Amino acid sequence: MKINKQFKMQSFKKIYTRVTQLTKATCTLEATGVGYEEMALVDGKSAQVIKINGRNVTLQVFEGTEGIKTDAEVMFLGKAPSLRLSDELGGRFFNAYGEPIDGKYKPQGKELEIGGPSVNPVRRKQPFDLIETGIAGIDLNNTLLAGQKIPFFADADQPYNSVIAIVALRANADRIILGGIGLSNDDYLYFKNLFTNTDMPERIIGFINTTEDPAVERLLIPDMTLTAAEYFAVEKNEKVLVLLTDMTLYCDALSIVSNRMDQIPSKDSMPGSLYSDLAKIYEKSVQLPSGGSITMISVTTISEGDITHSIPDNTGYITEGQLFLRRDTEIGKVIIDPFRSLSRLKQLVIGKQTREDHPQVMNAAIRLYADAAKAKTKLENGFDLSDYDKRALKFAKEYARHLLAIDVNINISRMLDISWNLFKQNFQPDELGIRKKFIDEYWTKATGVIEEDKNSEEGNMSFVNTSFKQRNKLDVKWQ
Amino acid sequence: MRTGKVKGIISNLVIVAADSAVAQNEICHIRLGKIFLKAEVIKVIGSDAYVQVFENTRGLKVGDEVIFQGHLLEVTLGPGILSKKYDGLQNDLDKVDTVFLSSGYSTDALDMNSEWNFIPLAKQGEIVFAGCWLGEVKEKNIPHKIMVPFKLDGEYQIKSIAEAGRYKITDTIAMLRDKNGNEIEVSMVQKWPVIKPLKGYREKLRPYKLLETGIRVIDMMNPMAEGGTGFIPGPFGSGKTVLQHAIARQAKVDVVIMVACGERANEIVEIFVEFPQLNDPQTGGKLIDRTVIIANTSNMPVASRQASVYTGITIAEYYRAMGLKVLVLADSTSRWAQALREMSNRMEELPGPDAFPMDLPSVISNFYARAGEVKLLNDKSGSITLVGTVSPAGGNLKEPVTEATKKATHSFYALSQSRADSKRYPAIDPIESYSKFLEYPEVVLYLQQTIAPNWKTEVVKMKDRLLQGREAMEQINILGDDNVPVEYHEKFWKAELIDFVVLQQDAFDNVDAFTSLERLYDMQTKIAEICEMHFQFSSYEEVGVFFRSIINLFKQINYSIYQSEEFKNFNRQLDKILNENKQTV
Ligand SMILES: Nc1ncnc2c1ncn2[C@@H]1O[C@H](COP(=O)(O)OP(=O)(O)OP(=O)(O)O)[C@@H](O)[C@H]1O
Ligand SMILES: [Mg+2]
Repeated sequence: MKINKQFKMQSFKKIYTRVTQLTKATCTLEATGVGYEEMALVDGKSAQVIKINGRNVTLQVFEGTEGIKTDAEVMFLGKAPSLRLSDELGGRFFNAYGEPIDGKYKPQGKELEIGGPSVNPVRRKQPFDLIETGIAGIDLNNTLLAGQKIPFFADADQPYNSVIAIVALRANADRIILGGIGLSNDDYLYFKNLFTNTDMPERIIGFINTTEDPAVERLLIPDMTLTAAEYFAVEKNEKVLVLLTDMTLYCDALSIVSNRMDQIPSKDSMPGSLYSDLAKIYEKSVQLPSGGSITMISVTTISEGDITHSIPDNTGYITEGQLFLRRDTEIGKVIIDPFRSLSRLKQLVIGKQTREDHPQVMNAAIRLYADAAKAKTKLENGFDLSDYDKRALKFAKEYARHLLAIDVNINISRMLDISWNLFKQNFQPDELGIRKKFIDEYWTKATGVIEEDKNSEEGNMSFVNTSFKQRNKLDVKWQ
Repeated sequence: MRTGKVKGIISNLVIVAADSAVAQNEICHIRLGKIFLKAEVIKVIGSDAYVQVFENTRGLKVGDEVIFQGHLLEVTLGPGILSKKYDGLQNDLDKVDTVFLSSGYSTDALDMNSEWNFIPLAKQGEIVFAGCWLGEVKEKNIPHKIMVPFKLDGEYQIKSIAEAGRYKITDTIAMLRDKNGNEIEVSMVQKWPVIKPLKGYREKLRPYKLLETGIRVIDMMNPMAEGGTGFIPGPFGSGKTVLQHAIARQAKVDVVIMVACGERANEIVEIFVEFPQLNDPQTGGKLIDRTVIIANTSNMPVASRQASVYTGITIAEYYRAMGLKVLVLADSTSRWAQALREMSNRMEELPGPDAFPMDLPSVISNFYARAGEVKLLNDKSGSITLVGTVSPAGGNLKEPVTEATKKATHSFYALSQSRADSKRYPAIDPIESYSKFLEYPEVVLYLQQTIAPNWKTEVVKMKDRLLQGREAMEQINILGDDNVPVEYHEKFWKAELIDFVVLQQDAFDNVDAFTSLERLYDMQTKIAEICEMHFQFSSYEEVGVFFRSIINLFKQINYSIYQSEEFKNFNRQLDKILNENKQTV
């Protein structure tokens, strides 16, 4: 993790004034001694070297090339995009270039190029540290671990930013770093207020690109965010939680650039390198042996639930599962859909760090929920329901209300107890397909009654579908 | 020394003005300050060499020095490969002690100071060819043959050979003399260019032996054969990696090579953690002892991702030449194809379907063609079984990589999204999937001899029952539960029984994860018996109640150790229920 020596050797900065070619996003000029991916200023606008062919150097101008003249002043900066790293980053908000946007001073520290090398796989530790969120759709069905990378797949009208904010605050991280990619200004202020009104505001750092900023600048946000994350995880052994929202807008920016450079697009007009581009970001999540970790929770907005589109598709192939937000009209709440959602690291802890019956209870409940979905189709097609179908439907509704809804906040043992009670309410033991030894122990104990939880924080979690103003007042408890 | 200078840079494609002749696929090093970036020539126009760099090119400048190496991309072969964790270019990751893999890192593939107890197998004066066994050393639990270097052409006479004893890996253990009297020193280490198949065998044979995996839906419905090829396509999260890891743990082979090609680092860490602890049922050693891991994770440079599959198959060919059974698992071959696509696009080649290079099908078929059962020069046999995963965009199997792979392989395990969604794991679709080996008379003969004389007929019946179940379900869905005869429900539930008991298997349960052929046969007999029974249910609801209860019992049986008290107990309960129902008939 050192600044490339090549760049440091440059002692003076030559200014060029003859641009030979201009396109919407790029400008080309004759220059020598320029390093690949070096930053430059074109008429004061930030740009980066993306192609060198003999003396011809092509620069990508982040803001676009509107108004740039052929005699524009071009100055090369002798370094790739970089960030100054120190604890002074804590509690601060920056733009895509790592410059403060909160009106305060520029942090000092050693300068490091962003987008650094990857972690040696043999130096990783297997994730082991369970992150409890209190949300059963996560903790029970899709348990998360520190060092995991997982996106929320959500339609644009889902309250995904509030959900990741709540998850982040409950996750018990040493540091939360927000990468805002094309955030609406309202959402930026929501995060900022929520995070700075906590008891330890210096735990929060933001790198923000809003809808008002140039789209191509977004491409720098994930690497800026992750360079800061690596500093705290590797050098300070902190448990870092990175939030990236919305990665779909990151991908859109990639496609803008590649289309402008006349590259052959692959599916959905995305660049052919989309998989590698996204993997480079997501694979930065890691559990280090020293105790530090980087966990990544991102948002990938999708259109009408279509996960076969290139962006969610490539994301799903890279991340360690996905959490699928869906509105359940029957209970009138947003739930974490148990069918499409998955945490691939859950099997490392469930039934081992959590109660032994966890894996089987989770699977049985989801299977019964699937039976209910079939029954529902039958009903919609006008057929009569069997007794089993009716019980499955009743189970599904209660299961959604007590466990799948995102406004749940209880511990894992309680989630398991509720599941057993729901089983007992609606089924016979041999309809569950659960190992006999668990039936012997837990079926007997279950009462079949679900008491409304007095400690439930339903009130204070009812951010779903509330207006921005109300959300701001939201009182989030620390674990 | 042949050199050149950097002339142009677009991402990891660099154009080099070469001072003298260069060879296609030659390796070169590009100097970047104090470090060297490894690269491979992929196209030459005039004196311009187009090279793909195996590293990040950030900071590279026009005029930077390039040194051509005079050889293609090679692997180093010799004792000590087993249980190593390599990257795609065969760097030994354990030898890189930093947390980050900084640009330009490079290590020896073998432990060059290691010593081995050598036992000669050939004698002075013998005539030998490339691939002949000169001697052996014990590597973990296998006899590692020291062979005449594969690069040697024609015949040689052994001038001298070392006596049994302890030697350094680089010591000369034999002197060979060619026809012209030139002498060649042979050590335990040799090199081979990954792009060329490493042969050293007399002929390829047709696969005939079952490769047992312990996974029921594979072993029973669509068996793998030793020396055969197979592939597993499926959308994300459908269970390709879990399935491959289960095969890697359980397959009855001598050596397993796992190529993680553009996939997640945490999945490889899982192997690093688990395999040193798990026992190898064949040898009593640990699983890691028979495993080689090629870890080229998705965040590593794409050019070495492409190299990784070749590094893996070449190492496999080397062990096959020792008369061993080798299994190669590549996850995911789509990432390798995408690496080819990225480079082809950068070079502005004419794109084929979905912007993949035109020659993709032949590249894929040449790769799978390197698998196979072979008869070696000494008439012993060895095999490479090759199973790749494919990650089709959007889960749609009508795409170039899936289609090309289908043509190049013998068996096909289609993972279905809907099975995965309803947690019916492994999500192999029993009807879409196939194994051409079930049509090979020699494989069928083998199955009949090792499992049961009527095995194939029974397997075909099982498949028919699944198909009938699916048809019955469609009718029920169209017409409604009580508008179809009760037999339809019976057919549907018999298929469900096969699905829940045989097809579904919990990869994370110690007992259920592996089913021996003996147990599989028992299971098949019992299920077939039930499926042949005719029940008299008075209503369709009764069918569901009955089958749910026996499925539940079968599940308890699957979780019990074979022939244990618990196992027998549940079986007795099952028989009781079945008898009761027979009586009501
Ligand atoms: N046989 C199985 N038993 C239990 N769970 C399974 C099984 N197979 C898969 N799963 C579940 O599905 C998850 C995803 O499986 P896996 O990682 O193998 O998918 P994949 O097809 O390799 O996906 P990708 O293409 O994204 O790599 C696992 O983490 C596990 O939770
Ligand atoms: Mg996988």
